[in-house]
This record gives sequence, C-alpha cells and structure tokens, in this order.
Amino acid sequence: MTRWLGWLAALGLLAGLAMGFGYAPKDAVQGNVQRIMYVHVPSILTAYAAFGLVLVASLGYLFTRRAGWDRLAHAAGEIGVVFTGLTLVSGSIWGKPTWGTWWTWDARLTSTAILFLVYVGYLLLRGMVEDLERGARYAAVVGILGAVNIPIVHFSVLWWRTLHQPPTILTPEKAPISSAIALALMVNWIAFTLLFAYFLGKRLALRRLEEEIRA
Amino acid sequence: MSFARRAWIVLWKDLLTERRSKESLNALFFFALLLLFLFEFALGPDRERLTAALPGLLWLGFILAGLLGLGRTFLVERENDCWEGLLLTPGDKGAIYLGKLAVNFLLMAAVAIVLLGLFGIFYNVDLWASLAPLSVVIFLGTVGLAAVGTLFGAMTSQVRARELLFPLLLLPVQVPVLLGTVKATEAVLQGLALAEVAHWLKLLAAADLVYLVVGILTFEFVLEA
Repeated sequence: MTRWLGWLAALGLLAGLAMGFGYAPKDAVQGNVQRIMYVHVPSILTAYAAFGLVLVASLGYLFTRRAGWDRLAHAAGEIGVVFTGLTLVSGSIWGKPTWGTWWTWDARLTSTAILFLVYVGYLLLRGMVEDLERGARYAAVVGILGAVNIPIVHFSVLWWRTLHQPPTILTPEKAPISSAIALALMVNWIAFTLLFAYFLGKRLALRRLEEEIRA
Repeated sequence: MSFARRAWIVLWKDLLTERRSKESLNALFFFALLLLFLFEFALGPDRERLTAALPGLLWLGFILAGLLGLGRTFLVERENDCWEGLLLTPGDKGAIYLGKLAVNFLLMAAVAIVLLGLFGIFYNVDLWASLAPLSVVIFLGTVGLAAVGTLFGAMTSQVRARELLFPLLLLPVQVPVLLGTVKATEAVLQGLALAEVAHWLKLLAAADLVYLVVGILTFEFVLEA
C-alpha cells in the first residue's frame, strides 16, 4: 500500500515538474523565478493539512487513549515541520531575486516561521520525554494549543506588518491567475499530498518498529 | 467543595509557601534589576535609543523573568509526594490549574510592578502619566503569559531537561502576546488613548480566553501520574 503511494507520488511529482516547466507559461513580470511557486505553494498547503491532522489526532488521543492516534500525530507533526521548512527555504530563494532579500519581517513570512518554531518545539518535547505514554499526553496538549494559537498568531503578525501578496488559491473569489498556471499548481498540490501520504505511511511503520525496540 | 474554593486553597497554599520561603520573589526582583543593567550596557547611555526600545525591553525582561519564575510553581510539588496529593484531589482538575495560574499571575504582576518602577528610576521615564492604561495592558499580557506558562510549567516539571524545554515550548506560543503588549505599551507611552490600540487589546483578550479554556480543559491530562 505504502509502496504504491510512493510510486504514485513520484509519478505525480514528475507530472508536476513537467507541468511547471513545460506547460505553464513563463510569468510576464517575474520570469522563470515564478516557477518556484509550484513547490512553495503545495508545500505550505501540505503543511497546513499535516498540522490539521496533528490537531485531530491529538484530540483523538486524549479522548480515546489509543496509541494509534498518538503515532499519527507524531508522524504528521514531523512531516508538517519538513514541509514548512521547505516553504520557508523555497520562499527565501524566490525572495532574493524578486524582493532583493532572503528574508523580510513581512506578516506571512513571520507567521510561517512562528508556525515552524511552535512545531519544532512540539517535536523536541516528544524527544525529551522518556515515558512514551506521558510524552503522548503532553504532545497532544501542545498539539492542541499550537493549533488553536494559529489564528491568534496570524492576526497579531498581520497587524504588525504586511508585504506578502494576498493568497492566490484559497480565496473565495476566482483565482487571479491564468488557468494553465492554476492547473499546474493543482497537479503539484495533488502530487505533494500523495507524497505526504507516502511519508505518513513510512513514518507510522517506523514508529511502530521504534516502539517494538523500546518494549 | 466548590470549584472556586478548591482553586483558592491551591492559591493560598502556594502564597503561604512563598511568604515563608521568599524563594521566587527575591530571586525574580534581583533578576529584573540585573536585566535592567544588561539592557543599559547593551544599548549604551543614549537616552533616545533607550526610550525608543523601552516597550520592547520591558516585555522582553518580563518574559525572561517569566521563564525563570513560571516553571517553578510545579517543582515544589515534586517533593514529598505532593504531586500524588494533587492527583488524589477529588473533582475537576481545572480548579488546580486556576489556583496555580492565580499564583503565577500574582508573582508575575509583582515582577511587572518592580520592573516598571526600576525602568522609571534608572531610565528616567515618567510612567505615572500612563499608569492606568498601562496597567490594563500589563493585566492582559500577564494573564496570557501565566496561562500558557502554568500549563507548560506543569508539563516540563516532569521532564529531565526542563530548563531547556520550557522556553522552547513557551516562547513561540507567546509571540502574539509579546507583539500585542509591545505595540499597546508603545502607544500608551506615547500618550495615546487605549481606544487607539483597541484591536490589540481585543486580540490579547481573545488570546487570554483561548489559552485559559485550553488550559482548564487539558490540565487533567497533564497532571496524570
């Protein structure tokens, strides 16, 4: 099952690359640099999905106390951090030629960086608590607080300052980009989601092996 | 016993312990004084620079003091099996959380008052004029810091590397509180009315509420053995 997901993800990523470089037109203003969006945007959308899953799994664990929920939260948290990191790095690479700087303290950059830090703390907590059951409980509480904190962080940083362009895909209005670009973006998004599912399956299996060794 | 009564007993117990040992308060006051000197050395004697940085320094100092103080309230419970005593307390564990939160709030409020006084004296700023609006900001900020600090402090008191883990968990979550309080303090010190920063105050209040609700609801899972 996991293996098939892996192949599917690989196929999707290949298709996404082909779409991003071949099918989608060059951006009129930014040129080829814009194509980094096909990594940047799917990464953060996948990261959001992962952190949403952390919240659901954390609640699931506290209500049912089934170890499966805890494994799911752990795996999703790790993958979410990876994809958030990818978002920050790809955004930085895009920002250098476009904005002329690797980093600015713009609202969405900052809140993404804070998101990253919150969940790195979440993973550190998991690493530092020796007792598995206690670690699961603590992590679930941090996972819940971290998630409900996201809107608060969002607004605080937004009011603090802003420079980033408004979101392109997740808006109620029709997307202000050409349909070819939107299609390439969708294909990449699906590919990233498949990759996420593949990572999730792998990490869950790994976590089960870790527990066997511990026991 | 009612919820409020149980919370009050926890608060009273900790206040009594603190009054007799004076462990946390004395250390925190001294720490605040030290921070003040460090800020001065780091920024130099230029008055303009200091005044411009004042709101940030104030809250940075406050949060640093919180890192030292907030984690401690649960450390005392680890001795003499007090933790088991808390566990065996009948009824909703949220009451214990609220009691501990109240202790931490009072502790941090005392630190805030001392820090403000020291800033007023050493950096020669007139704080009297903006004391009333400033206390609103400090109240909201202290509740937010104490609400998360109490929850995470209970957690990390059971972890080996607690001095390391506590700030790593607390600081990123506290970013909205820091931003809101710094911005509001900035405005208040410039003589603006509180209404000018109403959106920040609302954000702080919302954050406080969310942290409190999550804290009360999840505390029983933290307290378990």
